[in-house]
Amino acid sequence: MDRKFAIKDSLAENRIFLSRIVAAFVLIILIIAGLVARLVYLQVVGHEHYATLSKDNRIKIAPLPPTRGIIYDRHGRMLAQNVPTYSLELIPEQIENLDETLSKLQQLLNISEEKIDLFQKQRKRNKAFTSTPLLQNLTDEEVAKFAVVRPYFPGVDVYARLVRHYPYGDLAAHVVGYVGRINEQEMKTLPVAEYRGTDHVGKNGIEKAYESQLHGTAGYEEIETNAQARAVNTVATVEPIAGSNIYLTLDIDLQKIAYDALSEYNGAAVAIDIKTGGVLVFASRPGFDPNPFVSGISAKEYKALQDSPDQPLYNRALRGQYPPGSTAKPFLALAGLEYGVTDFGHRLFCPGYYKLPNVEHKYRDWKKWGHGMVDMNEAITQSCDVYFYDLALALGIDRIHEFLDQFGFGRKTGIDLVGELDGLLPSKDWKRSHRNQAWFPGETLITGIGQGYMQTTPLQLAKATATLANHGKVVIPHLAHRIINANYADSIDLLPDEVIPLNQKNVDNIILAMTNVVHGSRGTAGRLAKAINYQIAGKTGTAQVFTIKQEEKYNEDAIDFKMRDHALFIAFAPVHDPQIAVAIVAEHGGHGGSVAAPIAGEIIDAYLNPKKDAQHEK
Amino acid sequence: MKNEMRQEYFQSPSLIGNLLRSLHIDIPLLLGLLMICALSFVILYSAGGQEISLLYRHATRMGLAMLLMIVLAHINPRQFQSFSVALFSVCVLLLIAVAVMGQISMGAQRWLDLGFFRFQPSEFTKLSAPMMLAWYLSEHSLPPRPKQVVGAAILLLVPVLLIAKQPDLGTALLVASSGAAVLFFAGLSWWFMLGIVTLLASLTPVLWHFMREYQRNRVLTFINPEADPMGAGYHIIQSKIAIGSGGINGKGWLGSSQAELDFLPESSTDFIFAVFAEEFGLFGCVGLLALYLLVISRCFYIAVQAQDTYSRLLAGSLAFTFFVYVFVNIGMVIGVLPVVGVPLPLVSYGGTSMVTLMAGFGILMSIHTHRKLLPV
Repeated sequence: MDRKFAIKDSLAENRIFLSRIVAAFVLIILIIAGLVARLVYLQVVGHEHYATLSKDNRIKIAPLPPTRGIIYDRHGRMLAQNVPTYSLELIPEQIENLDETLSKLQQLLNISEEKIDLFQKQRKRNKAFTSTPLLQNLTDEEVAKFAVVRPYFPGVDVYARLVRHYPYGDLAAHVVGYVGRINEQEMKTLPVAEYRGTDHVGKNGIEKAYESQLHGTAGYEEIETNAQARAVNTVATVEPIAGSNIYLTLDIDLQKIAYDALSEYNGAAVAIDIKTGGVLVFASRPGFDPNPFVSGISAKEYKALQDSPDQPLYNRALRGQYPPGSTAKPFLALAGLEYGVTDFGHRLFCPGYYKLPNVEHKYRDWKKWGHGMVDMNEAITQSCDVYFYDLALALGIDRIHEFLDQFGFGRKTGIDLVGELDGLLPSKDWKRSHRNQAWFPGETLITGIGQGYMQTTPLQLAKATATLANHGKVVIPHLAHRIINANYADSIDLLPDEVIPLNQKNVDNIILAMTNVVHGSRGTAGRLAKAINYQIAGKTGTAQVFTIKQEEKYNEDAIDFKMRDHALFIAFAPVHDPQIAVAIVAEHGGHGGSVAAPIAGEIIDAYLNPKKDAQHEK
Repeated sequence: MKNEMRQEYFQSPSLIGNLLRSLHIDIPLLLGLLMICALSFVILYSAGGQEISLLYRHATRMGLAMLLMIVLAHINPRQFQSFSVALFSVCVLLLIAVAVMGQISMGAQRWLDLGFFRFQPSEFTKLSAPMMLAWYLSEHSLPPRPKQVVGAAILLLVPVLLIAKQPDLGTALLVASSGAAVLFFAGLSWWFMLGIVTLLASLTPVLWHFMREYQRNRVLTFINPEADPMGAGYHIIQSKIAIGSGGINGKGWLGSSQAELDFLPESSTDFIFAVFAEEFGLFGCVGLLALYLLVISRCFYIAVQAQDTYSRLLAGSLAFTFFVYVFVNIGMVIGVLPVVGVPLPLVSYGGTSMVTLMAGFGILMSIHTHRKLLPV
């Protein structure tokens, strides 16, 4: 009714609308004329050409997926290989009654309901004319069984495929990673043409980090088919280019020694070649078998892995964040010397506790009755906490942050793996921005013994140790050693070019104290010194998992295993020509000296005396 | 003009005419639709490997869609107008819900699982977006001022971007064009349109600069499918062979060798036009295009006859979007447009698009049959 009040407007609107309808109609006529012109071009002008093509159209194009590159350890032992297996695959578009075909096949080959479900899921993701696997790892008997009835199953065929296999199973699962079926998320980002015919992609570890090198380049072949659309002849082939092979710096023998040495403890062991930064050992225990992931792990198996209290899928070496405990002390001592707040001979009386002025709270030493009079050498050797409370207070948190940051504490090492975590190196700024709180002096004290907010990954600890052993030349850990394909061989041995400016005399003093940890009469890792013909420098550590109350006594036996302290140890050897740096974390191991140090000892000994070790095995 | 309308309404005294009018059905439009639908059964029988069960399912879906069309034709357009905003808001919320659920399940998601059936909000948006814009623009005097154009553009971009992100480029394109059509029919100035086209053209290199390598490759394959001979290119090559080999007269019904021998993928869905062209030749293709043009013309006629701005804009947009469907699908199949998943309207098998299309025709019929007879 309101339009009565605006008749003029209405007329103008009418006129515009009419003109637009006419314009749209003209546009539509023009476009349809264009479509017809194109149809004339195809059906009249090009008719003969296309009719010939149509008669000869027996050529189909099939993708040829490239062979995935092999992953070797430093001595050429295969960590990830490709094993030929037979798989039963269906092309849904060519099958008249899919449900019936599936149930027939199910009867014939005894296929589980779960595999049918998995196939259905996969099928919905694929296009109807692509081949989708129903059953993998067929036995010869199964292949023969199907061969007999093959003519009655158009659209179903057995294919020989190369399937990824990890011969070392759980031992290197966290380093090598695994491949798995491409999921929808990955489908969006992967280059489509390159991955046609490929249904696996690196999900984790080296397999993921070096996906583009390992994958290779896809090819295709033109296949002549008969009237039933079965291939009869290959007309032309564009060969795929296999992915590059990758040699790692990892030594699988050493890895096994580390993994076995961790034995009943959950934890991690990392060893780095100091000269090159090549990672020799990268063990996280417990591991898991990566092989089921390749063919598609069942939901039940996966849930079991995920729900396990030991968290086998969790890469402790790369992502485990632990308080460094006393392993931080050599670095703090060096900070004290470098900033000139103390000197190597400075002595302090340790009564077993430390008190801030005007505060009642007692910061305890691990030794209840104290260490007595100690200098820096003894404070490191015997791991005196009180000495480091005092030193940390003198340094202040921001100088601690500044100095330790140079060694890579609290940030990613930059190793060639995906998913590394930062750890945490606290500072006043950090606390203000993340906790919105001021920094308290007591927090500086406990940072002095590697507790409190500070967190490191085992990899970070190994890197820092290697850098210290290298007298401040920063070591960047990496796993890929050589990447080799038909055209080139690329060697990646990173030499450190970043150097922390340090007074070498101070470094020598700290290394001397760390040598005394192992070889000194009162060292916390004294048992390592037996039966070796070289010197090891190390530092034990014990990381608190929970805090005991002021007057309560830490009684190891009375405490639940899951509440016991983590045992840590860092070391490098030989002292005068450092070659290998090691970091060990044994969760709930209790003491660094008794649990973590022997693990490091085994790795170092096997590396420096490989022959002796081989004899042991015999 | 008013006289003409009056005559039209009072000049058909036949019983059937009265009955159909009380059913709110527009006969010419219905006849056009029925012809296309009948043709779809003929093509589908051949393209789908002569499988009768496929036709049953096609018929069921078509029947339901027609039923919906008739139900919507009974609703007064004023009702559509007053529900436009609510409908559009619900659509946008559902699209957001789908996007969030897609995030959670870490995969592409278009569906909203309501338990008893799965629902695709983007499909619904093809109707609610032009309704919303028609409502918004009809609230003000036409042609729209710059402020309203910007407002309409923002309203339109929200669902379009959400759908494009799913990713469902075909549907995003259709929603965008349905909204753009409303603006066009509302009298958006030619200069403005020219400006937008120029702006978009000049933005392309900038966008290109910020894209990653793999994204660029995707776009290149999208524009030139022949570059990917195993994927999209294979479709186009096979489709051109099928169409070209059909010639002027075609190979006759059930004579399509390309679909029969499985060279032409998706022959009963997105690429069904290729089968039709192979079997019925150039004559058949021109005939089918003429049928589509007939339906579009009738829709435009309904738009011109509509009595209020909202109805006019909505009718014009629905008619134009129907044409965009035809153009994008056939253009793709004959290799002049990139490959996007848009079915041939009313003919392709499957998809929920049939329901949406018929609902659109229901709205058009409602607009036409609810006209008031103004006193002279």
